[in-house]
Amino acid sequence: MLTISNLHVCIDGKPILRGIDLEVGPGEVHAIMGPNGSGKSTLAHVLAGRDAYEVTQGTVVYDGADLLAMPPEDRARRGIFLAFQYPVEIPGVNNAYFLKAALNAGRRYRGLTEFDAVEFLSLVREKMKLVHLDEALLKRSVNEGFSGGEKKRNEVFQMAVLEPRLAILDETDSGLDIDALKIVAEGVNRLRGGDRSIIVVTHYQRLLNHVLPDAVHVLSEGRIIRSGQRDLALELEERGYDWLRPNALA
Amino acid sequence: MAAAERAGMTGTMASHYAEEFARAEGGLVGADSGWFKAARRRALTHFGRIGFPTPKEEEWKYTSVAPIESRSFRLAGHPRNGLDVAELDRLRLIEAHELVFVNGYYSAQLSRLASLPAAVSVAPLSEALPDSLQEHMERQAEQPGNGFAALNAALLSDGVHIRVGSGVTLKTTLHLLFISTAPDGPTASFPRVFIEAGANSRVLIIEHYAGLTPEEYFTDALTEINVGPGATVEHYKWQMEGARGYHIGQMLVHQQRESRVTSYSVSLGAALARDDIAVSLAGEGAGASLNGLYMAKGRQHVDHHTSIDHQQPHTTSAEYYKGVLAGHARGVFDGKVVVREGAQKADAELTNKNLLLSEHAEMDTKPELQIYADDVKCSHGATVGQLDEDALFYLRSRGIEYSQATALLTYAFADDVVARIAIEPMRHAIERHLTAYLPRAALDMELL
Ligand SMILES: Nc1ncnc2c1ncn2[C@@H]1O[C@H](COP(=O)(O)OP(=O)(O)OP(=O)(O)O)[C@@H](O)[C@H]1O
Ligand SMILES: [Mg+2]
Repeated sequence: MLTISNLHVCIDGKPILRGIDLEVGPGEVHAIMGPNGSGKSTLAHVLAGRDAYEVTQGTVVYDGADLLAMPPEDRARRGIFLAFQYPVEIPGVNNAYFLKAALNAGRRYRGLTEFDAVEFLSLVREKMKLVHLDEALLKRSVNEGFSGGEKKRNEVFQMAVLEPRLAILDETDSGLDIDALKIVAEGVNRLRGGDRSIIVVTHYQRLLNHVLPDAVHVLSEGRIIRSGQRDLALELEERGYDWLRPNALA
Repeated sequence: MAAAERAGMTGTMASHYAEEFARAEGGLVGADSGWFKAARRRALTHFGRIGFPTPKEEEWKYTSVAPIESRSFRLAGHPRNGLDVAELDRLRLIEAHELVFVNGYYSAQLSRLASLPAAVSVAPLSEALPDSLQEHMERQAEQPGNGFAALNAALLSDGVHIRVGSGVTLKTTLHLLFISTAPDGPTASFPRVFIEAGANSRVLIIEHYAGLTPEEYFTDALTEINVGPGATVEHYKWQMEGARGYHIGQMLVHQQRESRVTSYSVSLGAALARDDIAVSLAGEGAGASLNGLYMAKGRQHVDHHTSIDHQQPHTTSAEYYKGVLAGHARGVFDGKVVVREGAQKADAELTNKNLLLSEHAEMDTKPELQIYADDVKCSHGATVGQLDEDALFYLRSRGIEYSQATALLTYAFADDVVARIAIEPMRHAIERHLTAYLPRAALDMELL
């Protein structure tokens, strides 16, 4: 589904990702953990197509196609979804209008008929229940004035509506209360199945208690320094990251 | 350009309009009124002296009227030649008193003036020239440093005098429709609007300028509004001149005690447009709210100047202007607020926000407060920015195409001003115009 090979990325000439290799198969869930500033969000944004980041080396192949050559909207229409660590507030753009435009853009791209207002509304109502999001938020501007938790749930809600094939969740669990965490986890688990793949960026084991990953990777200073199974996350929770760093190993 | 050469050019143009005046004088409005004729002649002399403004003048620093000056516009000989009535009909508003001016001249036949309340009079200047206008006419004829006002006074083609008696509420909108068709080459029109709102009266007026021609033409408009104590005037200016039209418009507002004026100035058309609004808050507790929206693309040039004079205590002003500039368009905003000594407890707020959609678009904005009283509340702010990259990426990351994302954000930028426009067809026209700005932006207007 997704093959990242030797990916190097710079921001303003400064290397941030320094040779990432990662293979995510269909239906797999991969967790990426790692210290602050190690490049997790950078990787997520590069996969979604943010053009402020300069790819200096390496390739990303998604479903057999060169992902890096596609504009962000095409990536989204082909099923890539990024749940932002910091969802953007867009005053004046109605949440429902925005989501309908997004949904129909994807449907058009895939040659499906567009949803009309009625079909859209019934879909949206169903998905909102899933993440316990207040319907009133639909009428507001995108993320504007949403609480931290509402923003995160709005991301999961959008994901549920758009039904991506590869979802990248960037710290969607941060800033959630215990109930909200369960709701978000449930939303993710519902999406799971078939050949849908998920990359979960997180600092905490607790989300991984609900969303069981097939693999856990540690990203540090722009490189994946360790990959392992579920128990690696538990170990990280206990011991932190220092023991993994090259100089600490010596 | 050398000063002598400049003066020569002004001279040539002044003589062009002097010739135009000599040719047309006998047929102009008020040709049989002594004071009117005299005022016109004085205006022409005044124009001959001062000519068109130059970028050396502070008020015209960013706006060159050389393209107007270098063309020999003429008063329309046969104003209604070739007018497409169906096209005109599309501009009409439902449920409005409508006065239609074609290339500067009033047309009774095209106008729709239903019966008015007894204390309201709406009279085209070509039908009546009340003596009460004399003072206004004479004042505008020799406005210092303003060649366009003088030219308007000299060549005034037609106009309307609106008087709303004390305590009267005119429930039906007054729609003044100024159509340009350039029927016989590059034409100029010089419309004049006088509005007198009596004490505690209420009235809503739309000045609508529309170009139905791809040809060049020139509109030099002047509006005066006198607002009596406690009166409320809502004024919309809807400028949709043709792509090669030149529009210079001035509005002078004089407000008495406790009066309210709300103005909406929307500039969408014209190759070059300049809109000046000057408000005198001359009575205690008078309040003005000025809203503006301008959009320009290609090589359009749009310039808004406002000036608010707080002369008395407890006067308020709130100004909110927004602009969207694409292509190689150039925008200018100059907002001046003066709070005079003794105008205590005045409250003034001035905001101008601009969105540049292209790296070639340019905007000069200058909000300016001059405060000579100590107990006042004043604030001002001006911004010039581009679309928010983070928002753009967020929309695109959900599958929304770049052009549509741009359209959505541009829409969102203008939305709060657009939403203030209560005249529905006008609001819809602006929305359509906004989408037309953004090629391929198939904005689906269906809302939930
Ligand atoms: N736009 C930018 N300009 C300059 N530096 C940037 C920019 N975006 C990210 N960086 C830098 O790149 C590095 C990696 O940032 P990134 O956001 O990917 O880290 P992260 O692993 O997601 O951290 P966190 O756990 O705190 O979310 C940091 O040093 C950050 O300061
Ligand atoms: Mg991050």
